[in-house]
Formats: sequence, structure tokens, C-alpha cells
Amino acid sequence: MSETTKQKVTLAKALNMGLRKAMEADPKVLLMGEDVGKLGGVFRITDGLQKDFGEDRVIDSPLAESGIVGTAVGMALRGYKPVVEIQFDGFVYPAYDQIVCQVAKMCFRSQGKTPIPMVIRIPFGGGIGAVEHHSESPEAQFAHTPGLKVVACSNPVDGYWMIQQAIAAPDPVIFLEPKRQYHADKAELDESATPDPLFSSRVVRQGSDVTVLAYGPTVKTALKAAEAASGEGRSLEVIDLRTLSPLDLQPVYDSVRRTGRAVITHEAHVNLGLGAEVAARVTEECFYSLEAPVLRVGAFDTPYPPSRIEEDYLPDLDRVLDAVDRTLDF
Amino acid sequence: MTHAGFGPDLAEVFGPAHQDGGPELVQLLTPEGERVEHPDFSFGDGLSKDELAEQVRAFFRDMTLTRRIDVEATALQRHGELGIWAQLLGQEAAQIGAGRALRPQDYVFPTYREHGVAYCRGVDPLLLLGLFRGVDQGGWDPRENNFGLYTIVIGAQTLHATGYAMGMQRDGVIGTGDPDRDAAVIAHFGDGASSQGDVNEAFIFAASYNAPVVFFCQNNQWAISEPIERQTRIPLYQRALGFGFPGIRVDGNDVLATYAVTQAALQRARDGQGPTLVEAYTYRMGAHTTTDDPTRYRLSDDVERWKLKDPIARVEVYLKRNGLADQDFFDAVSAEADQLGHRLREGCKAMPDPQPMSMFDHVFAEETEELRVEREGFAAYLESFEGARA
Repeated sequence: MSETTKQKVTLAKALNMGLRKAMEADPKVLLMGEDVGKLGGVFRITDGLQKDFGEDRVIDSPLAESGIVGTAVGMALRGYKPVVEIQFDGFVYPAYDQIVCQVAKMCFRSQGKTPIPMVIRIPFGGGIGAVEHHSESPEAQFAHTPGLKVVACSNPVDGYWMIQQAIAAPDPVIFLEPKRQYHADKAELDESATPDPLFSSRVVRQGSDVTVLAYGPTVKTALKAAEAASGEGRSLEVIDLRTLSPLDLQPVYDSVRRTGRAVITHEAHVNLGLGAEVAARVTEECFYSLEAPVLRVGAFDTPYPPSRIEEDYLPDLDRVLDAVDRTLDF
Repeated sequence: MTHAGFGPDLAEVFGPAHQDGGPELVQLLTPEGERVEHPDFSFGDGLSKDELAEQVRAFFRDMTLTRRIDVEATALQRHGELGIWAQLLGQEAAQIGAGRALRPQDYVFPTYREHGVAYCRGVDPLLLLGLFRGVDQGGWDPRENNFGLYTIVIGAQTLHATGYAMGMQRDGVIGTGDPDRDAAVIAHFGDGASSQGDVNEAFIFAASYNAPVVFFCQNNQWAISEPIERQTRIPLYQRALGFGFPGIRVDGNDVLATYAVTQAALQRARDGQGPTLVEAYTYRMGAHTTTDDPTRYRLSDDVERWKLKDPIARVEVYLKRNGLADQDFFDAVSAEADQLGHRLREGCKAMPDPQPMSMFDHVFAEETEELRVEREGFAAYLESFEGARA
């Protein structure tokens, strides 16, 4: 019996609730990571879960990311559904070999006999004034790996549903959480609602002049840009991609065929980033509808800079609007 | 020169590299085929003379057939039937001893050289050949024989083994006292892999959670061209202590000792006493793989010296000298090996190439729309050629 159907929650709370739901629904779901137990994770996403589900299901791990992911592979082979937390995006690289060579390939290698249903949660993106390695956006590296599915939530409601859907999925999912949104905005969560499918994008604001594509932390940026643009009489359609691999671009094609213009924004480097793939596909599919080249707004091709200048590095409202101007002026 | 305060000189503690594995080596059957006693490990306790003879004969047969698999596969590679083959020549006792110590409910995580263990688990050797021929990446079902797929990135599987063992702990199949229920995991790796971060992380996780896993290291002295001295300054089994669990060095060319030690280590794990590192001290008699040329980096003297410690020859001597097997037995095993060789040759050559379209299968448990579109696009492309498959 569920006593609540609607409440206002942050992304952190929504993810916590989603994890709890998933653990209640399936006793094979295990959480593992650094500090996820008593502390509840450095972002408190797993707050209270070890107390309620015990140390066997919410496992504080030694500080070794390859070890976390590698042992999770073994647990998955034993029939468990591990949900591992990588503490920060920049710490995922020690686990890169296990993710790319083992997690991603096990289903293929075994001809489907031993799939790895596993979720790797990664807080990603910047804007929190952190030191090096705490603000990165490595999604393209995983989206470029066959065998992985990659999704990014942008708001509390999606966080709640998408984490449950990712855990229920039979394939490995890299689950990206925009860390700067964890404790930022609250949204009304209706637990009795029916969520969209996990691997689907969604139009989050309708418009007619330019299609703006975003995911994770830049969805909020894009929505703000659309609001500002509307004051100048420009109508932006904003699409939250939500799924980065596979991509769900049909709504994007439909939109671009109407607007003739597209801008994609992400916090990751523009060079060889996800936007490049999206731009290529939009060009292939919507060539005769395009009034201008697809523009990309993202980070520069530098390592993540010291936090005092990160707001210059990250795409913001003004840079999105600048791209909107350029595509309209083309 | 030593510096006070930093403990004893390691060379004094561990001595110079022992060509024979040192005094710590657990041995129950000498290279000359003599049975010897060990204070902690024994073979054949509680068996009648006939039962004991039967078991040793079975080891001889296992090792002989395993060697034949290896010899045939090597020849098949030379004939162009396999792309590559990772030889196990000389490591038969280590693999059969470890493989026969397992119970059905135990689970094996192999490297790419565990052909003898695969044989013990009932995996058809033809399936091993399929991988090296390039028709698949491991055609056996890991769930059928509790024998995982070959892992080519060295050491990665030791973490999988540890995680699997952690799963067993959660399933309540450790320390119940029921011999048909209690289970353990064995993780195979080599001296080269012992340098990998994953192996060291596996040691840490296994120790931290007291996971029921046996780390079975076949120290065959060579990681392609690099000798053991490049991987370690101390005997490998000694490393376990630093991680907080026992390590033991066994004569990996002695099937009786390897069997006894592995069985004891597995039982410790099944009983809930945690991980063990078993260093099976052996020698890679062949090349790393069929593409390797060991004459470029090691002395034939070494190989000749290890030939005298052959794992099969010593069992044959033991059986014959003690009248535990007659010529009919040896003839029968030899004939069986010939039959196996014939089956492997014919079976390998008859293996069809996979269909190109099969590359799209099983990328995911749940195929994506993206991949479906790619699959259909490539199918249409193939069909577009004149005379395409009907």
C-alpha cells in the first residue's frame, strides 16, 4: 500500500526513492560503492538504504573502482542485479577496462547466455566549484562502446522513474546523474503516474523557430534559454534526449523538419562529443529541411579548468542563445 | 648494505630464486615418481589400495588426454586451421589437480589457457578450438558446467570470481556443512597477471568480505618473454599474507599435491574461512602462444631441466613401479588419446564459419532500435549483390 502519490522532491530524494522502490521490488538488487552505506553516499543518494536493507544489500566497498565494477560483474553472473555508484565522474577511469572490455562485451561474448544486468551510476557534470576530476562529462566514451546503454536524467521525476527502469533493464546501463541538480530544484512527483519508456527522448518545451537539444544538466540551461528567447519573440523547442545510447532521434527529426534549425548543447567537449553524432544523423535524415547547419554548444577542447572559471567553460544560457542567433542568421 | 629500521634484507628472508621452488614447495610425488609425505597435506587418506590406484590412473588419463588436446590444437594451428593457440604443455598436473578438486556446484573463472580445467568440467574441447579458430568467442554455456568463458584481458576474471563468491555468500551456500550445497569459486591466473591491478584489487575485496574464492596462480615462470623476476621480488604465494589471507606454494607438476592443496583450499572457502592463494609452481614448456618464439629470450637448458620434472612421466613411473597399472591400461589411454585427436582434427576442420549477419546477435539482451536498423541495412546491402544467397 502506498500512502503517498504526490510530493515535491529534489533529484537526490527522487533517486533515493527510486532505488528504494527497486530494492523492494527485487531482492536481487544490490547497491555497492564507496561510502554508500552508513554515510549514504557523498551526495546522500543512498541515504538510509543500508539501515533498511542491511549490509549485504548496500555494500560499502574498498576504494577501488575497477574492483567495484569487476566484482559487480561476478555478482551479476551469479544472478544479482548490482547497482554500483562511482563517486565522481572523474573516478570512473580505473574501472574503464572492466566496463568496456567486460561489462559491455559479456552478453556478446557468451552469445546471450550471460547478459550483465547492471547499472553504473555516475554523478556527472560541473558547476559545483569542485577540484579536478569532480566535474567531468565522460558520456561519449561510453556511448561509443557497443554493448552499453547510456542514459542521463535531468529532473527529479525522470530520476525516480529512470533509475527503476534502468535497474529492471536486462542490459548494462550507464546512468548519468547531473550532480549540480541533486539538491537544486524540487518537482512534483506522482508515483502513480505511468512513466515514458527509458530509451526515449522527450519534447519538454514546444516551439517553432529552433530545436534545442540537451540532456542532463543542460536541459535546465536550454529551458532557461527558451524562456529568455521567448521574450525576444523567438520560439525554441527544447528536447531532452534522456537516452544517449541508443539515441531516440525520431522526435528530433520531427521537430527539425518543422523548425529547420537545430542546436545541441552538452557540458562535454564539443570535439567528438555526442553532439557530433546527433548533428550527423540530423543532417542525414533532415537534409532538405535544414535551413542552417546543426550547431553544437559545449565545453572547449581543454581539460576541465579550475572551478573559478568553470562558468566560462560550461555552456550557459548566453552561449546557447548565441548559437540560436547564429543559426537564425545563417 | 642494509639500513637499520627497515627490517631484514629480503634476499636473506626469501633466499635466492629457487630453481626447484624452494623448501616451501608442497610435494607428494617427486619428479622421479617417488611418493613423499608432507606434514600438512596428503593424498589418498581413507582410500583402499585399489581405490587409490584407480584415482592415480584417472589422473594419468586426464593429463594424457589434456596433453593430446594441446598437441592437436598446436598442430591444427600450424596447418592453418586455428588462428592461434595458447599452449599448456607442462601445466597438465596443475590444471588437472585443480580441476579434479572441484565439486559440481563450485564455479571456475579461467584465463585463456585453462584447457585442462575445461576438460575436467566437461566442456567439449572442440568448443575451445572454436574460440581459437575464430568462429566464436567461447561457444560453451558457462551455466552448464559452472565454467566461465575464457578471459583474455589478464586478471580481469579474478574480480568476477570474487564478485561471484560474494554472490554465493548472499545465497547462503557457504559454511552450511552440507557437502552438496557448500560451494566455492576458483580464479585462475598466471604469474604475469599477478602484477595487474585487478588481481590485487580482487585480493583486497576477497579479504575484506572473506569471500569463498581460491586464487589459483599457475606460475609458469614466463609472461610471454618476461621472466618471473620481472613480476615479483618475493615468492608469489608470500604476497597473500600482505593481503590478509594464507598463501601456499605447491609443486604444480605434481598432480597429487596440486589436487590435495587445491581441495583443502576450496574446502576452507566452502567452510566460510575465506580466500587462499595457491601458487602452482610449474613451467611453460611451450611458447606463450603459437605466435611466440621462446628461443629469443630463454635458454634451452632451462627447458631441458624442466623436462625432467614432467608431470605425466612421474605418474607413469609411479604407476608402473608400484604395479598399479598394466600395459593394457597404458595402451587403452593411448588409443583413447588417438581417438580424441582424430575427433578434434575432423571436428575442427568441419566447423563452419559463422554467418556475417550473426555479428548483430546478442550485442544486447534487448536489442535496440538503432541496432535493428543497422542490421537490416547490412542485410539489404548483402542482398543487393547479384547472386546473393537465395
